[in-house]
Amino acid sequence: MTTSTATRSPAETRLIEAFYRLFSPSRNGEPGFLRNLRNEAIDCFQSLGFPGKKDEAWKYTSLSGVLREPLTVQEQCDPPASVHGIAGLDAHTGVFVGDTRSDSLSSLASLPEGVIVSSLTSAPPALVAAHLGQHATISGRAFVALNTAFLRNGAFVYMPDGTVCEQPIHIVHALTGAGATLAQPRTLVVAGTGAQLRLIETVEAHLSGSSLINGVTEIFVGPDAHVSRFEIQDPANHISVVSTLDVYQNGGSHFQNNTFTFGGNVMRNNINMLPDAEGCETLLHGLFIARGHSHIDNHTLVDHAKPRCFSSENYRGILDGHATGVFNGKVLVRQDAQQINAYQTNKSIVLANTARMYAKPELEIYADDVKCSHGATTGQLNEEALFYLRSRGLTLSQARTLMLQAFARDIIEKVPLQPLRDALDQRVAAGLMH
Amino acid sequence: MTPVLEVKNLKASVEGLPILKGVDLTVYAGELHAIMGPNGSGKSTLASVLAGREEYEVNGGTVLYQGEDLLEMEVDERAREGLFMAFQYPVELPGVSMMNFLKQAVNSVREHRGQKPLGAAALLRMAKEKAALINLDSRLKKRSVNEGFSGGEKKRNEIFQLAMLDPRLAILDETDSGLDIDALRSVADGVNVLRTDDRAFVVITHYQRLLNHIVPDYVHVMYDGRIVLSGNKELALQLEARGYDWVSQEAVPA
Repeated sequence: MTTSTATRSPAETRLIEAFYRLFSPSRNGEPGFLRNLRNEAIDCFQSLGFPGKKDEAWKYTSLSGVLREPLTVQEQCDPPASVHGIAGLDAHTGVFVGDTRSDSLSSLASLPEGVIVSSLTSAPPALVAAHLGQHATISGRAFVALNTAFLRNGAFVYMPDGTVCEQPIHIVHALTGAGATLAQPRTLVVAGTGAQLRLIETVEAHLSGSSLINGVTEIFVGPDAHVSRFEIQDPANHISVVSTLDVYQNGGSHFQNNTFTFGGNVMRNNINMLPDAEGCETLLHGLFIARGHSHIDNHTLVDHAKPRCFSSENYRGILDGHATGVFNGKVLVRQDAQQINAYQTNKSIVLANTARMYAKPELEIYADDVKCSHGATTGQLNEEALFYLRSRGLTLSQARTLMLQAFARDIIEKVPLQPLRDALDQRVAAGLMH
Repeated sequence: MTPVLEVKNLKASVEGLPILKGVDLTVYAGELHAIMGPNGSGKSTLASVLAGREEYEVNGGTVLYQGEDLLEMEVDERAREGLFMAFQYPVELPGVSMMNFLKQAVNSVREHRGQKPLGAAALLRMAKEKAALINLDSRLKKRSVNEGFSGGEKKRNEIFQLAMLDPRLAILDETDSGLDIDALRSVADGVNVLRTDDRAFVVITHYQRLLNHIVPDYVHVMYDGRIVLSGNKELALQLEARGYDWVSQEAVPA
């Protein structure tokens, strides 16, 4: 079913027109599966349109202000002079300018044999075709559909069976542009049986206008593979982000995701985990600091379809000023998924009366032999503790910072890379300065 | 000589209820004063007002600390000026590491005194030395402040912080409560080691037993919001033998 053009918003119309302008049917030199993905996706987006307040999943988060801007779909992207990376971190760095790998900015010389960090279009087509769009599905999901509709290239990481990458792989999406831009980075990660990978994803955006970054990362975690992902979001205050992560886990695999959000205008993370075989372990951690008028929304879903799996979720947020935070954590335990252990906690500290936090845990359980729990707390800093610290000579500001750093460290200490932990500690301290 | 602490006719209330009804107390450097009294006599309120707790309202009187108006100072200012409070119930601070906490506390006091801040190595050396001085398990330094500490460990940690911060006046609020005899002795030993000519102590306690180990120069008895009796260490023994009831009969309100 296609929505009639009469009810389409200007933003939707503009994007659909941009699609037909960019992708004429005669466009050559691409594998057919990519064209098919795009065509299905634009149809899907046309019928869905952008979600609004009436959609339960978007009840507390509105992108209408962002979408009122005449967003230009990013076609060409100039490379930045340099990328920051993470100080002191020894990593294989793949820098993607727009959607294409930059050989001059990347440093990938010492990748283990067989490991690929490349543009999607430079990777073995059969491998890409088997996974691209298979885990980040478009049905009912406007932002994934939109990303996929304009998909020409992206980042690709491949770990063959049994490979271990000692150093982390850092994917940097470098996005530059003038005016209100819609940038849509895409990442596909395929980790074979028993592969071990630590993946860092960051965006370095030099976008001058009120832009929207609509990123999608899909990860296939092979049997007994071990994948940890760290996403650090730190855009300027005029940039909004919708970041979608879809993970498919095979039996006996371990996957850990850690999302750190420090700034931005409207920030929405959609994290969807599908542990689709027995013996999976799934850990989701998140930390955000929302100040000014930032709006930070973490939406997570763990879909326990198969028995004997473990999932644990731990999200923390600090809110100040006129900021808003949202946490919506859904754990679904399907009927045949017996002996699931699923835990979820969400803690927030709200420093100002003008800041708001919405926490919504959702447990939907159809199996009868499971252990699930959730806990959500939203509060202020402990006055007694502040008094204690001040009675030892710390100023109120020092005492608050010390306590908030301690609160944040609960998430930061789950990062196994010391330089990354240090960088996060420093970023938290900077984010708490008054 | 200016007293370290000079409390004159101090009146304070909490939620409109008068607790302190005119306390007078003068403490000079090098002295150790014990303040005793039955429950509800106002001992802990006095400590709280001196510490700067906002829920207590001062309704009258003055408190001079080294000649300056203490009541005008912020809580952290008092600490930097050399006032130390050992709390009855030290707060647990999960995630706040002892060394990080000590570094900020010690250096804020040092900076105020015009001393150079200590680096990590110097601080660690100092912590090791002070921990040994008061028999603190040095492993506690590696943990979060007070988190999961036993009652005795928390109290000893207060004395450890006292040693680290080198105050001019230390107020110990019921530091002996809830301690077994070994912990009590260890806390008392710590205090005794830290008694110096330029430091004064005010030790608030319900029981005489702490004063078997820490010998006071003066003992005061609080009753109904006033200090009604003052004497030397013999007074503490008398209280131990006779309880507090006779105090109310003999005491002549000021």
